[in-house]
Parts: sequence; structure tokens; C-alpha cells
Amino acid sequence: MNFLNVIVCIKQVPDPQHLSKITIDPISKTIRREDVPAVINPLDKHALEEGLRIRDKYGGRVIVLSMCPPQAELACREALAMGADEAILLCDRAFAGADTLSTSYSLSLAIKRIGGFNMILCGNETVDGSTGQVPPQLADFLNVPHVTRARKIEFTNEGMVRVERSIEYGYMVVEVTLPAVIAVTKEINVPRIPTVSGILEAHQREVKVWTAKDIEAEEEKIGLAGSPTQVVDIFSPEIGRKGEILKGEPEEVVKLLVQRLHELGVI
Amino acid sequence: MDFSFTPEQEMLRKTVRDFAEKEIAPKVDWMDETGKVPMDLVKRMSELGFGGVLIAKEYGGTGVGHIARIIILEEIGRVSAAMANTLQIHHLGESPIIYFGTEEQKKKWLPSMAKGKKIGALALTEPVGGSDVLGIQTVAKKEGDAYVITGRKCFITNSHISDVCGVIAKTGEKELTCFIVEKGTPGFSPGREENKFGLRGCNTGEVVLENCKVPAENMIGKPGDGLRIALSCISNVGRAGVGASALGIVRRCLEEAVKYANKRTLYGKPIADIQAIQWLITDIYMDYEISRWMAYYAAWLRDQGARCDAENSLQKFWTTEAAVRCAQKLVDIFGAYGVLKEYVPQRLLRDAWPLVSAAGTLEIMKLVMVREVLRKYA
Repeated sequence: MNFLNVIVCIKQVPDPQHLSKITIDPISKTIRREDVPAVINPLDKHALEEGLRIRDKYGGRVIVLSMCPPQAELACREALAMGADEAILLCDRAFAGADTLSTSYSLSLAIKRIGGFNMILCGNETVDGSTGQVPPQLADFLNVPHVTRARKIEFTNEGMVRVERSIEYGYMVVEVTLPAVIAVTKEINVPRIPTVSGILEAHQREVKVWTAKDIEAEEEKIGLAGSPTQVVDIFSPEIGRKGEILKGEPEEVVKLLVQRLHELGVI
Repeated sequence: MDFSFTPEQEMLRKTVRDFAEKEIAPKVDWMDETGKVPMDLVKRMSELGFGGVLIAKEYGGTGVGHIARIIILEEIGRVSAAMANTLQIHHLGESPIIYFGTEEQKKKWLPSMAKGKKIGALALTEPVGGSDVLGIQTVAKKEGDAYVITGRKCFITNSHISDVCGVIAKTGEKELTCFIVEKGTPGFSPGREENKFGLRGCNTGEVVLENCKVPAENMIGKPGDGLRIALSCISNVGRAGVGASALGIVRRCLEEAVKYANKRTLYGKPIADIQAIQWLITDIYMDYEISRWMAYYAAWLRDQGARCDAENSLQKFWTTEAAVRCAQKLVDIFGAYGVLKEYVPQRLLRDAWPLVSAAGTLEIMKLVMVREVLRKYA
């Protein structure tokens, strides 16, 4: 099989190990990310690893694409350190405030500018937004099929893959024609750790930065202007408990408890 | 003065931390219980390039230098000082070849050591000569184009796992010489393996040489260069490495102290709100910051090519002592939980203590420092 490009979409997110440090700005309803280290979204790392394994087996190139603020250059360099062949950062004030649809639109334009591809890999969702909407929306903009929750990808005939897709209590098997967008879960692989020489080389290579103009984006379709969904409020829900005290002798209380648990459908 | 780390160094730190947490951490309890060395991890560290940071690119390493080395050892030491010490002794085993070897010797051994295919060690200490280096009794006698070495070394890290071992032997009265002895050489074998109370998973033991015939081309430098080679490598690589391993312990003590103090409640509030606990945490913080900057400063001097024996001794002295007292304070913060094997403080204390006299006792560190002090401040 001859491979062209595998494009991997990555996002820089707050480190999940430090999520407790995140605070919410009560006025702008945005997450304050200062003092919280940023990392490549964990599932995107799995996507990148899968891309690298496909490249190592079948040839071709792995191109990493990210739409993020300038500090995401570090995430792109980490992807290069892992072994990606190229990294492109979509970075422009005009992209600010983008929801998933606007993000997918911008990513699709960048992918069209990159050119031919066999597969686009994404993490199934990010740890901050957790919508899981970008992969399907991206596939729609590119007019290609998509599979979500992929835990295994196997190449069958030329131009087709067999994907195991996680569902509740098991998995389903789908076959999809390439090119396609595939969103992966963490079960798919264990991401490699960059080597020292990989890290050194990554910092000597270019991370291309593309603006809205470079991808010929229509102004009304990007950023806040291009976002049909708006964040109205972010809050931590208060989790209360419905308390009930059962009084009496131990044997009576036990009978009462069993009865209540029965009524509640617990047992 | 720019005290910041470069983006490459920050990425290196993050990468090593990731590796240590994902791959070393799951094996720490097993190492502590069995005392065995996880050889897969030893090889893995070199696969990732950690073993070749002092080796130049033309010999298969990356040559990133001493600051990068300390970053790697600190992050590994934060999870397992045993693994950090194993790695740093591998660097020590490489160092006579790197800094004093001929081109042929470098080409012969360094590429395989950079890749972790061969593990290094340096055998100097004997029952009668540790601090008293000139008192060693291992002898190397010239016979034709070879040297026949007889003697016994003790407390050698990586004694049972090394493939390439630097051996310091007497070739004359007060004349020490360094030889590279490869595993499998007839007459060269590991002896007794020690059962330490800490740093378990880092192998320490004897190296026995019985009429071990070594080609003359395995001599590093000239006859009589052995003392200079040994002291230089131990100062610049060994002591720096011990200090960095201990630095990892101090860092871990600080993190565990803050985490526990925020979680544990007493009198209806986290113990982090209790002043006595705050003082303990501050003590650990001060020790960490002082140890950290001393370790990186000494490494920076080394990367500049400057002589830094006093600085290496200072950071090793301070950091190893700091590791012990910070681990003791951490045990105190944890209260009764601190002495239970399920909790990390007791292991940190047991791992810290053997580092105090590794690569030279505290008193020897003071001797090295005072020589420089009396010269510099005269």
C-alpha cells in the first residue's frame, strides 16, 4: 500500500493532572488557564501515535495540524519530537472564540491547502470542551466518511480500513473507505515517548504558522462570528445529597433499609 | 543572568517525567521488595537517549551535556532514586573513555554504551581504600602487551549488570592506572551482591579480578594517570549524579508534603493551615531550592568547561544531607502513616541515606571544598 499523508489534528489543553487549579472567570465565562500547564490533548496523542505507526508501516508522511493560540507552538514541537514530519499551527486573532463548527471549518480549509490525504486522525474528544463534535463536523466539511470512538484500525483491501468502534459494553466493527476521518480512544495504543535526539531536532525545525488569510477563510465563518453556539454560563454544579435517617432497633432499621433500597430500585 | 531553562530543556524535563511516571513508577514497589534491577528499564532509558547525553554525536550520543543530565536524573530520582543512581553510574562508566580515551577507544565502546547495549561502571573502592584512594591494593602487572590484574573491589554500583567497567589498579608504588575491563574477560567476575536497606533496585556489590588479563590497549591514558582520571570523573560525573538523584528525592518530598498537608484534616481543617506543618514544608522548600540551584550551577560550570570540583562537592554534600532531613520531615508530616510501607515517605528516607556517602563521604567533600576555599579566598 502506498500512503500519502496522515493528517493528525491536535489541540493544546490544560494538563488534566492539574484541572483542580483551573478557575472560571465569572464575567467572561471563560476558563482561566494561567498557572495551569498545557499539554497535547491526551487522546490527540493517541491519534498522533497511530499516525506514526501507520507511517512507519506503510510510508507516507504525518502532518500535525492545530488551531490554537501562539503558545501551542510547544505542542506542535512535542509532536515533531514524537516523530511527526511536519507541523502547522493555525493561529490568528480572527479564530478567537470559535466553537466546534467554526473550528472544523477552519481546519478543513487548512487541510484542503495541505492537499492529498489518506486519513485524518483526531482524538475522540478533548479534556476541556469534551464535545467530541470536531471529527464528525470536519468530515462533513471535507465530504468524507468518519468513524468515532475507534479502538483499533486495520488495513484490509487497498483503500479500506476495518475499524473497531467502542460502544457501551463492547465494540462494533465497521469498514470505511479512505480517505476518512477517524477519531480514536485511548485503547488504540500507547503513545511513544520522545527521545532526546527527537527533542533536539524538533526545536531546530520549522513550525509553520498559517493565518485566516493563508487558508482563505471567510470572515463570517470563523471565530466568534462563525460560531452558532455561545457559552452562556460555566459553573461547577453543587452536588447535594438527599438524606434520610432511619431510626429504631438494629433489626427494624435493617428491614426498613432493605425496603427503602428496594423502593428506590437499588436492589 | 538568565536562570531560565531553554524550551528544549523544559521539553526534556516533561518527557523524562512522563517516562518516569508511566514506566518506572509501576515497578518501584517490586524493586523495593526484591532488590532486583529491572534491566528492561535500564535498557529503555538508553533507548530514549538518556544514556548518551555526555557522549558526542559522532560516537552515537547526543552530547547535550551536564545540565540536561541533571534534569534527567532529577526527574527519574523523583520517582526512583535507585534508577537514577543506576543511570548516573552508567554515565560514570562512560566518563573515563569520553574525557580521557583515545579516538580508537571512544569508537570501540561509546556507541554501544550510548545506545544502552553495554552498561557501564567504575570500580575504585576497596575495603582498605575508598576515601584513601592511594591505599587500594588491586595490582596490574605488565606481561607482554597485556596487564594482569588481581584484586577485589567493593560497594561498586552496577557491579553485577555492567558490561564495560573502568577498573583502577596499582601499576607501581603510588601509581594508579585506569583499565577498561569487559564482561566475559576471563578472571573478571562479580562477587558478593549487597543487600541494602535503601536504593533497592540499584545493584551494589563486589567486582573480583583474579589474574584477569587485559590488553594494554584497554588502558585509559598512561600508567599513573589513574588517580587523576578517577578523581576527575568521580567529581564531575559521579558526585554530580549522586546529587541529582538526591535532588529528585527532595523534590518528591516537597510535592508529597504539600499534597498530604492539603488533604489531611485535623481540628476540622487541613494540616496545611497549621503553622508547625507550614514550617516543616518551608524547610523542605528551602532545601529544595538551594539544592536545585547548586546542582544546576555546578552543571552549568561543567558545561562551560570550567573546573568545579568544589561546587560538585558542595552540591553533593548539601543535597544528599537535604534528602535525608527532608525525608525525615516528610515522615513527621505523615505522622504514623509515614512509617508504613504502603506510603512513600519511608522509602524516600531509606533511598536518601545511602546517597550521603556515595562518591565520597561528607568529610571528603569538605576536604575538596576547603582546598578551593583556602586558595580562592587567600
